[in-house]
Order: sequence, then C-alpha cells, then structure tokens
Amino acid sequence: MDLGGIPLTYYLVLSAALFTMGALGVLIRRNALIIFMSVELMLNSANLAFVAFARSFELTTGQPVFTGQLFVFFVMTVAAAEVAVGLALIVAIFRTKHSIDVDQMSSLKG
Amino acid sequence: METLFTLVPLIVFLPVLGLLVNMVFGGKMSEKAIGWLASAASGLAFVVSILLGLALWTGGGEATVVPFAEWIKIGTLDIPWNFRVDTLSVTMMLVVSGVGTLIHIYAIGYMHEDVRFKSDPGRFRRFFVFLNLFIAMMMILVSGDSYLMLFVGWEGVGLCSFLLIGFWYEMDTLGRPSWANSNAAKKAFIVNRIGDFGFLIAGLLMFWYFSSLQFGEVFGLAEEIAAAQPGVILAITLFMLVGVAGKSAQIPLYVWLPDAMAGPTPVSALIHAATMVTAGVYLIARSWPLYSLVPDAQYIVAMVGAVTALFAATIAVGQYDIKKVLAYSTISQLGFMVAAVGMGAFVAGMFHLVTHAFFKALLFLSAGSVILGLERGHHHLAHGHGRPESPDFGHDAKSESRRLESSDSGHHHEEAFDPGDMRNMGGLRKRMPVTFWLYLIGTAALAGIFPFAGFWSKDEILLDAAKLHPEVYVLLATAAFFTAFYMGRQVWMVWFGKPRHAAAEHAEESPKVITVPLMVLAGLSVLGGALNLPGVHTFGGWLEHTIELVEHEVHLAAWLEVSWGGLNPIVALISTVVALLAIYFSWLIYGQKPLEASQKDPLKRPLGFIFTGMENKWFVDEGYQTVFVKPYLAVSRFLAEVIDWRFWHDWFHDTGLAGTYQWLSRIALDRVIDTRGIDAFFNGLGELTKRISTSLRRVQNGFVRSYALAVLFGVVVILGYLILK
Repeated sequence: MDLGGIPLTYYLVLSAALFTMGALGVLIRRNALIIFMSVELMLNSANLAFVAFARSFELTTGQPVFTGQLFVFFVMTVAAAEVAVGLALIVAIFRTKHSIDVDQMSSLKG
Repeated sequence: METLFTLVPLIVFLPVLGLLVNMVFGGKMSEKAIGWLASAASGLAFVVSILLGLALWTGGGEATVVPFAEWIKIGTLDIPWNFRVDTLSVTMMLVVSGVGTLIHIYAIGYMHEDVRFKSDPGRFRRFFVFLNLFIAMMMILVSGDSYLMLFVGWEGVGLCSFLLIGFWYEMDTLGRPSWANSNAAKKAFIVNRIGDFGFLIAGLLMFWYFSSLQFGEVFGLAEEIAAAQPGVILAITLFMLVGVAGKSAQIPLYVWLPDAMAGPTPVSALIHAATMVTAGVYLIARSWPLYSLVPDAQYIVAMVGAVTALFAATIAVGQYDIKKVLAYSTISQLGFMVAAVGMGAFVAGMFHLVTHAFFKALLFLSAGSVILGLERGHHHLAHGHGRPESPDFGHDAKSESRRLESSDSGHHHEEAFDPGDMRNMGGLRKRMPVTFWLYLIGTAALAGIFPFAGFWSKDEILLDAAKLHPEVYVLLATAAFFTAFYMGRQVWMVWFGKPRHAAAEHAEESPKVITVPLMVLAGLSVLGGALNLPGVHTFGGWLEHTIELVEHEVHLAAWLEVSWGGLNPIVALISTVVALLAIYFSWLIYGQKPLEASQKDPLKRPLGFIFTGMENKWFVDEGYQTVFVKPYLAVSRFLAEVIDWRFWHDWFHDTGLAGTYQWLSRIALDRVIDTRGIDAFFNGLGELTKRISTSLRRVQNGFVRSYALAVLFGVVVILGYLILK
C-alpha cells in the first residue's frame, strides 16, 4: 500500500478537510463568486478521493482500472460547464441588481 | 279462372293509384283529365270486381281467401291482411265500384260548376282525391277477411265522410261564411265515434273469447262458444248493433246523416246513400253466423230497423230541402235493410241494399242536377239584371279571404236564395225534362211501384216480416206508406205547378256528363228487380254460397202460405195499394192545387202540432242538445275551469306541489343542508388548505444558503441512513 510513500488515509483526510471547507464556504459566504469557488473546492475534494481510491485499488489487486481517473475527467468537464453557466448568471444578476450578494436574491420567498 | 282471384288487391290499389297520381301531378292537369283519371281508377276497380264475380260464378261460388300481406304478428296473435272473395263481398264490390264510377263521372260535371258557384276552382282536384280515397277504403271494408280489416275500412270511410261533408268547410250550404258545414262534418264524425266505440267493444269481446278476428275462425267457433257462454254472443251482436246504428244511421244515432247533406251532392249520393251507410247492413249480413245464434239480438235489430224506418219516414214528410227529404228517406230505407238482416232475411236485406244503391243514387244525383239547374237559373237572372257580383266563370278566385269578403258584403249570392229549397221550385218539368223523367223513375222505384227495382226488394222484406214478426211488418208497411207519400209530395212540389221563384223559372237542364250516368242508374233502377225475380231467385242463389239460409219454423196464417214462386200476391197487393194510395193522397194535397209562392205547407193546418213535429224532426236534435250536448258541455266546462284549472292547476300544482317544493328547498335544503352541510364541508376544505400552506410557506425564506443547508442536511441524513442501516 504505497501511494508515493504516503498512506491512503492521509489523502482521504485531506479530501474530507477540503470538502468541509467547501461546504462551509457555500453555507457561510454571501458572495456568489466565493460560493462558486467553494463549490469547486468540494468538487475537487471529491476528485482527490476518486483518484486516491483508484490508485489504491490498482496497487492492491494489480489490475490497472482507470474508472476513478475517468470520473475525475467527467467531474472536471461538468464543473467547467457549470462555471460557464454560473458565471453567466452572476453577470446577468449583477447587471440588474448591481450586487452579487446571494441573500438579496430572494424574490421567490414564500 | 282461379288465378283471377289474385287480382283482388287491385280493387284497393287502383283507386289509391288514381288518387296518388291526382295528388302529385293533378296541379298541372286539366279538370277533365283529373276527373276522368279518377273515374278510370274507379272504373277499373269495377272491371276487376266483374272479373272476380265471373270467376266466382263459374267456379261454383265458394269463398276464397287471398293472402296479401302480414300485418300484425305478436306472439300467438297473427292478423294478416287477407282478401276475402265470396259472393257477399263481391256483391258489395260491384255496388261500390259500379255506382261509384257513375258518380265519379257525374261529379266531373257537377263539381265543375259547383267549384265555380263557390268561387274556388282549386278544390276540384281535392274532391276527386277524396272520392278515390273513399272507394279504396270502402273496398278495404268489404273485402277484408277479418273484423279488424273491416274496422280499418270502417274508420277509413268515416274519415272520407268527414272530409267530404266538410268539403266547403268555411261556409254554409248557401255559400255564406259560417262554420255550419264544418260543424256538420264534426257532428257526423263524433256520432260515428260513439257507434265505433260499440263496434270496438264487440271486436275486443270477440278477441277475448275467440282469440281471433278472422271471419273463418270466429264463425267456426261460434256455436261452441254460444253453447258454453250464451251471453257472449248476445253481447257481441248487441255492441255490434251500436256500431251499425252509428254507421248506418239508425235510432238513436241517425242524427248525423241529415246534417251530412252539407257535403256536395255526389258525396250525398255515393257515401251517404248508396255505399258507406250500407256498411252496417253488410256487417250484420257478414256476421250472420253470430246473429243466427241469438234470436233476441235479431229481434232487437229488427225492431231498431223497423222503428227507424217509420220514424225517419214521418220526418221526411215535413222537410222542405230536396236533399233533406232524401236523407231521411235514406235513413228510413236503411231501417228497412237493417230490419231485414235483423230478422234473418239476409238475402232480402242485401237485395234491397243493391236496388236502393241504384235508385237512391239516382234520386240524389237528380236532385243535384235540379240544384245546379236552379243555380244556373239564378246566375242567369243575376246577369240578366246586370249585376256584377255573380261568380266569375273562368276566373280563378282562389283567395279565400276574397270570397269571404265578397260574401260579407252580400254580393255573392242574394241573401236567402236556397237552390235546394223545394219552396223555391215548382214547374221544373218543363225546364229540365230529362232530369224530370229520371227523377220519376227513381221515385217510382223508391215508392215501390211495380215493376221497378224497389218493388221487388221491398216486397221481399215485407213478406219476410209478415211471416216472422207481424209487428215489424206493420211498422214497415206504414213506413212504406209514408215513403210513397213524401216522394209524391216532393214530385208535385218540385216538378209540377208554377215556378215559385224566378230562379226556377230560368232553370236550365244539365249537360250530358251529368245526365248520362243518371240514365244508366235509371236503367238499373228499372231493371234491378230482375236480379232476384220470384221463382228464379238468382241473387238468393248467388248469396247462398256465403250465407246459409236458416228456415224458421213458424206457424203461418193461410193467406201467407200462398206463394207464387216466393212472391205472396196478398203482401204484394197490399204494398202496391198502400203506395198508390199514398201517392193519391199526395196528389190530393200537393198536386191538385199546387203550392203558391210563400204559401205554408197545406198539411200544416189540418195536422197542427204533428206537422210542426215532423217539420222540426220531432225535436230530436234539440232533445239531444238538451239531454246530452249541453250537460256534457257544462260538465266539460266545470271540469276544465273548476277541477282542472282552479283545483288541479291553481291549488294542487301551484300551491301544493310548487309551494311545498319551494318551502322545502328554502327551509330545509337552502338553510340546513346546503349552507351547513355541503357549503361548510367545502369551505372547511379550503380553509384547511390555506392554513397548511401558510405554515409551509415559511420554509421558503428565499435565502439560497439556507436551501443549501437543507440540501446538505438531506444528503447527510440519507447517507447516514444508508451507512448505518
């Protein structure tokens, strides 16, 4: 069990820490851009977990399976698309409200 | 010859074809074409009847039933439309189509003038359509093989009678605007309805006890049922008599026939003298197996006929309208026939039916010729005086309103000129010689003068009456006296003396199309007796194939035993003497010293109130008016106004039903069930939804981050569940 001399647990702990930071960022921050960055953080923490598990699986069984790495690419692609759409929305909202504070976007309040 | 029998449906369908063609294409046809087409339809039916008669004659005279169509078939009930060809039905067919054809031809001439005197030439076609319909219906009546088919024809001729009596429905007999004609038509229809009710009950009883209405089956079962339930046949025959009294104008239902003279004269001749009114006589003759089983019913029928014969004859003496005299004479003669068939003298009754059809049609049509003659004279007079108002010949005045207007202003006819009133006639024999001689022949036949047709047939009835029921004989012989008397009175008043009105002075003879059919009828009235001459009895032998003659065991007086081949010289002598005596009396009173204009009837003074009674038809119409019509109207009015309107409509429906309903809906439904029940339930439902949504909307606070938190919690919960489960 060797991932460049560092055990799997380390990676997973890092990934969990990153995810927690991202989630907290989404929940706490009001700036839409920061929220986006936090979301990216969460996605990439997941990516890290994917890659770590995939490598670990390959080393234990001796079978090269790239499913984990493949998923990472998918996640990156989807993230890119999401950012494109999200940024466009933020620009549009900014144009009308002159702000990107998500707490002000409450028109659908019941 | 047998195959000839299959032609029998043609007797119905030829006239139907005639009327259809006239109905569809008649608008573009000339009057002549319409009239001759209708006559041809009737004439061809006559030809078919002759062929049927020949086939019967050569084939032995046995009855044949020709199946034609299935009509009613429900379960075991099976009533087909079959034609019955036997000597009795063929006799009727020959009379109906033969006399009918002659009257059709006559009507071409008569209606040509009538529609012009009444200013509506458009009705010419309608008349012939009705006339053909009548022939078809009469043929259904006489040729049907069941009581139901007979009833169909029975009602059909009733309808035609109604349509034709009310032919000039918007005026009275003098052409003045009034509902008199249409009231006469209604009267005929309603009185006949009363009779038909009796016939209907007879038919239903028959169906109940015999389970069939076919002649063959009913007559086959008759004796069996008469033995088991003697009252049934009596009831059937008596209810049938009610129908006969309606259709054949017997006491107490005869009152419609005199009023039926409101119809054009050919109608009076064809329907109300020669054919339709004899349907009742035919019905009794046809039902001979039933009547022969119940002597009580036979006696009642005979008495009804005899009393009617005498009663109507007395009224005829006091009438002034030429057609009314003949109408009462018809009732009286129908009484003779009904009395005859009632006594069981079916041959004598049918024989008189045939001869009467000849001479009464002749008399009516001649009377029509006289009426037209006077109309012409009147018309001539009006033009001679340069008045512009008389009916414009050749000018198509269809507009009814115009006619009514012109009559209103008193221009149409002079107010009270009645071409049918014998008091306006007199001395016509010089003006209308042909009609005069024809009328004399008809009179002689009706009065029973030897050797005219009426002598032979009436004598047979009188002989049978003398043998079977002396009281009927006395009644009939007295009626025969009055018959000769009122006919003599009529002849002296119409043809002799001096004209009592300017119109009679200028009366003109009728054209050939009118007189030729009369000559044929006159020939038949002279020779008709040859049908059943004593010693030969052709007609009796002919009918014997259909009607079994039951010989009654009666003790006869010696003078009645004498028989010269079936003719009793004493009875014949008595009736001849009676007739001649009556004519002599009539000459003494009316011929010797002719009536002057506006002179009262010479009988009025010596007879006093009796003549007033005769003049006023013994006040029977007034009596019926008081006893039946007025109370009936009062009851109807009471029912309509009090029971129906005030009680039923105002109180029961408005107050009772509608009021209760509204009270219920307001109090019970509106206040309780609707507001507190249904409304409350649905309002509560709405309120509940509103409350739930109010509490739920707080969740939607609009903060993106709180939604994200919710998502996070959700994910944690789901994942926690999945991991820890």
